[in-house]
Amino acid sequence: MAEKEIQEFWEEEDTQKDKYLTFSLGNEFYGIEIKYVTEIVGMQPITEVPELPEYIRGIINLRGKIIPVMDVRLRFKKPAREYNDRTCIIVVDIRDISIGLIIDSVSEVLSIPEGDIVSPPEFSKGYNNKYIKNIGKVGNDVKLILDCDKLLNDEETENLSNL
Amino acid sequence: MIAISDKSIHEPMLDIFIFETLKQIEQLEQLVICNEKSSCYTQNSINEIFRIMHTIKGSAAMMLFDNISALSHTIEDLFFFLREEKPKDIDCSGLSDLVLEGIDFIKIEIDKIKNGHESDGNAEELTKRIRNFLSVLKNCENPLAISESEKQTQDMRTQYYISQDKKAAVSGKNGYKAILHFDEGCEMENIRAYSVIHNLRGIVKELQYIPENIMANDECVEVIRRDGFVIFMKTDLSYEEIEEFLQQTVFLKELLLTRLDNAEAQEKFLIDKRIVLEKQETLAPKLLKEEVVVSSGQQQSLISVNVNKLDKLMDLVGEMVIAEAMVVQNPDLGGLELHNFQKAARQLGKITSELQDMVMSIRMLPISATFHKMHRIVRDMCKKLNKEVQLELIGEETEVDKNIIEHISDPLMHLIRNSIDHGIEASEERLGKGKPQSGTITLTAQNAGSDVLITIKDDGKGLNRERILERAKEHGLLSKPESEMHDKEVYSMIFLPGFSTKDNISEFSGRGVGMDVVVKNIEMVGGSVSVESTPGSSTTVTLKIPLTLAIIDGMNIKVGKAMYTIPTISIKESFRANERELIKDPNGNEMIMVRGQCYPILRLHERFKVETDIVNIHEGIIVMVENEEDSICIFADELVGEQQVVVKTLPAYIRNKGKIRGLAGCTLLGNGSISLILEVAGLADKR
Repeated sequence: MAEKEIQEFWEEEDTQKDKYLTFSLGNEFYGIEIKYVTEIVGMQPITEVPELPEYIRGIINLRGKIIPVMDVRLRFKKPAREYNDRTCIIVVDIRDISIGLIIDSVSEVLSIPEGDIVSPPEFSKGYNNKYIKNIGKVGNDVKLILDCDKLLNDEETENLSNL
Repeated sequence: MIAISDKSIHEPMLDIFIFETLKQIEQLEQLVICNEKSSCYTQNSINEIFRIMHTIKGSAAMMLFDNISALSHTIEDLFFFLREEKPKDIDCSGLSDLVLEGIDFIKIEIDKIKNGHESDGNAEELTKRIRNFLSVLKNCENPLAISESEKQTQDMRTQYYISQDKKAAVSGKNGYKAILHFDEGCEMENIRAYSVIHNLRGIVKELQYIPENIMANDECVEVIRRDGFVIFMKTDLSYEEIEEFLQQTVFLKELLLTRLDNAEAQEKFLIDKRIVLEKQETLAPKLLKEEVVVSSGQQQSLISVNVNKLDKLMDLVGEMVIAEAMVVQNPDLGGLELHNFQKAARQLGKITSELQDMVMSIRMLPISATFHKMHRIVRDMCKKLNKEVQLELIGEETEVDKNIIEHISDPLMHLIRNSIDHGIEASEERLGKGKPQSGTITLTAQNAGSDVLITIKDDGKGLNRERILERAKEHGLLSKPESEMHDKEVYSMIFLPGFSTKDNISEFSGRGVGMDVVVKNIEMVGGSVSVESTPGSSTTVTLKIPLTLAIIDGMNIKVGKAMYTIPTISIKESFRANERELIKDPNGNEMIMVRGQCYPILRLHERFKVETDIVNIHEGIIVMVENEEDSICIFADELVGEQQVVVKTLPAYIRNKGKIRGLAGCTLLGNGSISLILEVAGLADKR
């Protein structure tokens, strides 16, 4: 029984391997490992919570569960944009923390084999690439693969600059 | 998750054993501490301790935890002696030390068992000390009889132990008849008789007694009182030996032992043999049956439930409250006249609120158990540090949610340790200062609105502002010039991580890891810690903890598009203010006069930076809320209505960003939108 479960677990893991949910933010395309994604919902009424960084827009009620939502645009210090029909919230679950990511629009789930994934180039400066774990090549396009952990937890530098 | 599954793999028997033993140990601990304070053991408590040790011994032996059962056996022996001989000069504190050590040992072992480890502790050394203590006691009591009684107990023990396997060796050539009379008023004659029989079984070959089913039948008590307890036995032992053995019986008033000549005895046994056999066989199942009945009877009146189930139940009730609000306040019903619906809705509301109260009350426990644990801390600390401290408990019957109780035990312990170690001076120093020789720590619990206030007050030397500042400077913890800091700010620095003013690190405190842990634990349950001190005379630490985390009555208010909920319990009044009543000080702080009192105004839209059209004081509404010390007026757009809300914590991600002052959590409203619950104390703090 247990063995079977483990096997199933691995199989499930396998089906998720190399799969990325891609979405757009302005002109760039980003990818996020599918294993983190719980669901995708349309825009919801957001309740603002005071005293939070700007990019945390507030909290939403997702069928009785209250989760925070982060505007990834603001997180990447891009100019804010009005939300429209295509604006989506990707609900991700990272190390037991649920959070919604507000993005411009979702595109598709892509399979990017390991061989097509390369490390991001080392910039001597440039703030953006700390959230990018890898770069995936799909045909002629590139997808920037997000480092979810950093997206959520890279607060130290932030806090320091606030002081 | 892991803990849960670990627990569930315990056999039910083991679970019960752990649960019951822990309970008894706790009770025992309290008894001991209680008695030690009055520095003598009352007869009642000796009996009680004896009983508890006996039970633990029995159940531990049953579960094959030999170390526990052996230890409890020695303690039982000790108290048996105390109970029977009532020796005069007992070294009370020594005795308590021993018993408490025993308690600690058992606690540790139970912990091991609970976590699925082998119970491998060795109490031999302790057992030895207890034996020594006992023999010293015996020496004092009766220097002459000691060797003899020692020998007797020795004999008895060996006989008892070998009895089970060597029964066959007893051939039984002598027959005796013994009639035992117990002291009047010793109670439970049947049980005493049973223990005689039980002990005799080991040394005699055949045994018969009247009345027969002594355990199952309470009427036997009367018979034994009237006619005495009659035993027929066959044994190898001599008359003297039997007499000596029976003389040891507890509460024995009179013993009549006669030798039966062989024929008579033979006859007696022959006649009754079959009956005896039958009787003995039926006796055992009957005993068993009795026990089963008793235990099932207890289960009906009291059951222990897994806390997880209760949590789940509470969640469900919470969801139901929200669902009810969703139905009753459904926007589709707007403007309709629905008499029957309203009636039914009211009924539903009544039932749900009753259900809620019930669920809440299940989870509420008096705080006394936690408070009483502190006696032990105080006692141990006093002994080690050679200080004299009294612990006073006030309001221990205050009820608090179980979750919260679990979280405050450690902080309390820490605070008390700190008070004794750092606060209260040594006796000589106290006398020199004109204080009573022994220090006092007062532990108080009281309800204050939706919070429980727990204060730990000691009459020690108080906090030293200079020393704290000095230490803070050393550790670079100062964020402001010294002169600008209030005493309160200075004092609260002791709660910063890595702060300790004690020069010598002691076993108990002074490592600087204490106070910040206290704060963390208390904040985890949504509480706060504050400290006050009068140099030279007292320090008071106050823990403010929400009574419960679950469901509260709240008033919903609206600011712009946002909704907020204020706990109804902290609302004093709400009113529409007039521009004229408004006062502005040069710093731009607004105040309002109400019935001759001046209150500060807090504009929610400014505080939380919410956009709203209503900024004129006369357009909106003022809600006056009170904290334990002061009141503030909250300015909002409008009142929406009162409703019971289920308090949900803010998502972990947001909480990790740091505590948001003025917010206690959030809740779901009937229409599915989220409302933020305001925390009055937090709002009042940062005016």
